[in-house]
Amino acid sequence: MTTSTVDTQGVSQATLTHLQRLEAESIHIMREVVANAENPVMLYSVGKDSAVMLHLAKKAFYPAPPPFPLLHVDTTWKFKAMYALRDKAAKDAGMDLLVHHNPEAVEKGINPFDHGSLHTDMWKTEGLKQALSKYDFDVAFGGARRDEEKSRAKERVFSFRSANHRWDPKNQRPELWKLYNTRKAKGESIRVFPISNWTELDIWQYIHLEGIEIVPLYFSEKRPTVIRNGLMLMVDDERFPLEAGETPVMRSIRFRTLGCYPLTGAVESEARTLPEVIQEMLLTTTSERQGRAIDHDQSASMEKKKQEGYF
Amino acid sequence: MTEMPQDPIYVTDALIAEDIDAYLVKHQHKTMLRFITCGSVDDGKSTLIGRLLYDTKMIFEDQLASLERDSKAVGTQGGDIDFALLVDGLAAEREQGITIDVAYRFFATDKRKFIVADTPGHEQYTRNMVTGASTADLAVILIDARQGVLTQTRRHSYLVNLLGIRNVVLAINKMDLVGYSQERFYEIVKEYSHFAQQIGMKTFLPIPISGLKGENIASKSAAMPWYQGPTLLQHLEEAPVNDARMQDHDFRMAVQWVNRPNLDFRGFAGQIGAGTISPGDAIRVLPSGKTTTVKSIVTFDGDLDRAIAGQSITLTFADEIDCSRGDVIVKADAPCEVADQFEATLVWMDEAAMLPGRPYLLKIGTQTVTATVTEPKYEVNVNTLEHKASKTLALNAIGVVNISTDRAIPFEAYAQNPDLGGFILIDRMSNATVAAGMIHFALRRSQNIHWQAVDIDRDAHASLKTQKPAVVWFTGLSGSGKSTIANIVEKKLHALGKHTFLLDGDNVRHGLNRDLGFTDADRVENIRRVGEVARLMTDAGLIVLTAFISPFRAERQMVRDLMASGEFIEVFVNTPLEVAEERDVKGLYKKARSGQLKNFTGIDSPYEAPQAPEITVNTVDLTAEEAAERIVAALLAR
Repeated sequence: MTTSTVDTQGVSQATLTHLQRLEAESIHIMREVVANAENPVMLYSVGKDSAVMLHLAKKAFYPAPPPFPLLHVDTTWKFKAMYALRDKAAKDAGMDLLVHHNPEAVEKGINPFDHGSLHTDMWKTEGLKQALSKYDFDVAFGGARRDEEKSRAKERVFSFRSANHRWDPKNQRPELWKLYNTRKAKGESIRVFPISNWTELDIWQYIHLEGIEIVPLYFSEKRPTVIRNGLMLMVDDERFPLEAGETPVMRSIRFRTLGCYPLTGAVESEARTLPEVIQEMLLTTTSERQGRAIDHDQSASMEKKKQEGYF
Repeated sequence: MTEMPQDPIYVTDALIAEDIDAYLVKHQHKTMLRFITCGSVDDGKSTLIGRLLYDTKMIFEDQLASLERDSKAVGTQGGDIDFALLVDGLAAEREQGITIDVAYRFFATDKRKFIVADTPGHEQYTRNMVTGASTADLAVILIDARQGVLTQTRRHSYLVNLLGIRNVVLAINKMDLVGYSQERFYEIVKEYSHFAQQIGMKTFLPIPISGLKGENIASKSAAMPWYQGPTLLQHLEEAPVNDARMQDHDFRMAVQWVNRPNLDFRGFAGQIGAGTISPGDAIRVLPSGKTTTVKSIVTFDGDLDRAIAGQSITLTFADEIDCSRGDVIVKADAPCEVADQFEATLVWMDEAAMLPGRPYLLKIGTQTVTATVTEPKYEVNVNTLEHKASKTLALNAIGVVNISTDRAIPFEAYAQNPDLGGFILIDRMSNATVAAGMIHFALRRSQNIHWQAVDIDRDAHASLKTQKPAVVWFTGLSGSGKSTIANIVEKKLHALGKHTFLLDGDNVRHGLNRDLGFTDADRVENIRRVGEVARLMTDAGLIVLTAFISPFRAERQMVRDLMASGEFIEVFVNTPLEVAEERDVKGLYKKARSGQLKNFTGIDSPYEAPQAPEITVNTVDLTAEEAAERIVAALLAR
């Protein structure tokens, strides 16, 4: 479990591997939250990062189950396979699962085909704010990583939000050593990112090493697809409006990142096992967010979304 | 321009394509190094980090495409790839052309994963750099070869040293712009060595590089054959990490959370800060000092035979002893110190300046206590390293202060163990993190209580009254005549024009000491308070007369020790118990004998007669008036 390095005095010593150090750090962060928060929650999006975060939570509080519920801010447009794993994972962990649908989005029938960026704004950004207010959560764990996107490189592990859930990049606290200042005024909340320092490769290696269950969509299989605006989309259910003359084509595809199926681009792949997925990732030449429509508007769009309250 | 042969180590590992399983096994044994880069934009810091990402294949095609686009639009390299743009961040900052924060970047080689703390910005430099350096194993200090050692180089080096970073790389950059000159390189190294010695930096490794051209970054520079040392990446792969250093330290774990899922399990969760632990080890919980042994080391992956520094674990104990969040678990035979007064360095991080005496929250380990700065000592000018006296610290100021906590906390000197020596201060109103602190050592309580200097001192008070201040301390059994005699003595002194005050036992218990009863502990506190009040009165120049049974020698000695030499005059009013009991002026002996009154001196609570009183009066042979005359005569003879 430990590996050897040589220190300055030439004495051989055991020390932790990079994944062990990351794991220990994430567990430390989660325990700090539970020791200080009044009503914490873990945001669970069913993706690989959420899977790792949930696994770390089980480790942090073992033999007790994680002492907080899971919250899925749903859009109703996720892949079917994601809903299946979501319910199973919560049950396996012995945790309560809360699912929130923005009632306004339900009523207006907001969908990614007809409403463009309004889809993300209403289901996810507004939905998340509604859910946090509804249950009065003061701390929410999120699975964001600093290597995902430029503006996230500067995000704190503990990110403070005003009473109306806004993020002020100029008013965040310095984080020294592993001393997190968890104090907040009434109404304020904290988003905590315990896997901030993990990279995509770390996540995959850890899933492999720990045997963590992930959505099968990460592995290649023949699936029905159409190509729209340069994105290869999977026709996951009958709600997908095919255009005249458009017929789904069966292709060997997998997903590097998962979200709403009409917004998530697949890649053609033959990687059917975790090592093959990692192999493909290491040999690939494009970054993982390329498959997400949300980042394509402008290079700073993620940051704008974050200020408005999107995770 | 030099040919740039790619070092074969850093091209994509052939194993990935050939045998991914073998590759994965190999990569499970990587270690992790965190480092900080220090330097301004002009030193080529962002370019260096961009270059490290590029050379270790951390940049994808789509990112490269957007980099090329941006380089043409806003780059500073005349259309060439501007690596600095890779490590830029927030939109608002980009528009203003400044960066104001710490950004973390990630890359990996076959041997290690790296986390780089990039701290750009000018205004908030100290705050940001200290934040980034707090988690770093190593620091890369950048110097522009054309400029040499600048004021800011000194500032960066001072902060790196302050934060206890032991591995320092002096990256002398832009060697391409000084013709790859060996002379220039050594000139700068010599200059820096002199300065490093001044600030107590023990070692540093100088490397001549060009971030822009990639010289001595991932591969040895063909342009500088005279340089025989490691490339920057080679050194980053081999430098020791802090975790390794902490393994040899005595075991320390701050308790984060008590895990109590049911009545059968009680575990203490935390991340080991230093040392190792095994089941059966005798441990001690601080600050209580209670001891027990480790029963098991519980993890999700099964119980462990041994856990080492850096691991997050849960311990169970053989005995049910008190232990909660904030406590520190140590080996029973190697505890750390516990104290409530410290000397520490503070780095002030808030717009509102530090105020001595204001209570802040202090978080250290997993414990949060209330703390005040009791004595600001001096502020350090980070540019000149000069010390200047300062009563406060403004944003980005660094100073040495004495600090006092509302309760004793387990700690270690920061230099020995940053985990138990580093702390933050939090403003109680705004909840902002206002300072980072590093403990030097604990102060003994007596050293730390200091006096407010006043201009009218005790001598001035006394000389105005043309008298020598004193405490005339009457002690004796209840009913011995202390109050009666003291009262007469005061009248006589008053008639002589002396400024006096009589503190009477019964009267004091109506006010100052109304909360105290007659247990031994309360009697001790009763006398302590009266002693303190009497001392203040002597400072005011008064002759103080006190009439208390004050049955214990230790407390009378305590009061004597409070006073200046010769100013404590003990008067033993010597009356045998049977005489006092027979007088029984207040009817108390009768009550005590019948059991209605507990802890009565002479009956069921002891009276310890003075062994060497200044004055003894025997009230069996003398009247109260005669006794008083004798005492006044003795006082006037002083």
